[in-house]
Amino acid sequence: MSLALSTFASAKEASVALNEGGAHYLGGGTLVVRAVNEGDIAITGYVRTTDPALTKIDVSGQRARIGASATMASIARCLELETIWRAAKAVGGPAIRNMATVGGNLFAPAPYGDFTVALLALGATVHCADADLSIDDFLADRDNSSGRGIVTAVSFDIPAADSFRFLKVSRVKPKGVSVLSIATIIDTDAQGVVANARIGLGCMADRPIRARAAEAALKGQPLTKDGIAQAVAVIGEGTDPITDPIASGWYRGEVLPVHFSRLLLS
Amino acid sequence: MARIPVQFRLNGDDRAEFIESGTTLFHALRDTMGDMSPKGGCHQGSCGACSVIIDGELRLSCLTLAETCEGAEIETTAGLGQDGVLHPVQRAILDGFATQCGFCTPGMVMAAKALLDRTPNPSREDVVEAISGNICRCTGYEPIIAAVLAAARSNSQNAG
Repeated sequence: MSLALSTFASAKEASVALNEGGAHYLGGGTLVVRAVNEGDIAITGYVRTTDPALTKIDVSGQRARIGASATMASIARCLELETIWRAAKAVGGPAIRNMATVGGNLFAPAPYGDFTVALLALGATVHCADADLSIDDFLADRDNSSGRGIVTAVSFDIPAADSFRFLKVSRVKPKGVSVLSIATIIDTDAQGVVANARIGLGCMADRPIRARAAEAALKGQPLTKDGIAQAVAVIGEGTDPITDPIASGWYRGEVLPVHFSRLLLS
Repeated sequence: MARIPVQFRLNGDDRAEFIESGTTLFHALRDTMGDMSPKGGCHQGSCGACSVIIDGELRLSCLTLAETCEGAEIETTAGLGQDGVLHPVQRAILDGFATQCGFCTPGMVMAAKALLDRTPNPSREDVVEAISGNICRCTGYEPIIAAVLAAARSNSQNAG
């Protein structure tokens, strides 16, 4: 038997309906309909909103605001967001990218959620119906929606092309589930020394996480083999890589420093 | 459960149906509307066998709720041939012996059509990317890629 879909005009109304329990928010359907198809009995219905603001992508100066219902395909077509296309295009095949939303990606469990790894490196703000949160705080308390309402948008400073790097490692090309993913924002001074670094990792926990030890180790170092050595040595600190049919946690942990090093030196 | 009305255009025909709320487009097409061309593979969004084109974009009918398609233009493999003449992608797949067991074929055809609608002269890499969400367990990707490129050349010659 199918589950009933309730449609609301605004995010506020949808948030109220969600709080009544059981129903799950329906974005693109790639997570929640899949879960229902797999027999997840915890889901008792769908809630969605048709508010057109949730599908909008606004770029004002260097600041981007992407509605939670914007798809990966729409991001990959937005010329102002070219520097992060690689992350949007890392999500699934063409059909999935036409459906998968920014909001949904925030909730995707590892090994999915590659775009959120990029948002984490970008230091995005997650806008909800009743609150705005840093992406770090949002991810830490992701499964508790009380007090924040549904996610309506994310916003971030568009990075310079040479400061944002993204890598998705998969076994199947060009579309495959992640072995791991890495996103970095690295600002260097005129001498090429790292002034600031934010590093997001995917598949290194049940959700995207920061590599804080490596961020600290990069600061003040040049992006050379010797300069990044300490960061590479500690990139796995605080991680708990997942084990799934794609790769074991041990394997993910072993190859993380290799791919991290290649990404920094690329 | 109460049934709700849904209207959309399916392969050029206006359709009005009553469906259970929450029914996937895949089940609405096959069980209610008699269009058996989308195939049910994984129902997880992984295999692409159920691919259809909704308002010009390739989507997975197994993960799309039918009532979210209200007012949409939906294309399936069943509607591609006109007056007994196969669509160029269908013709090229047939001529190129690219069907093998055939289960993935409807989804592959829709993925290829979505590509050629947007990129009439694709590169090989474009084709590989376009069908990357469609799994063929006969491992028949090379003939399919060749067929899509042949269909593009055929379209180009006909247009010229």
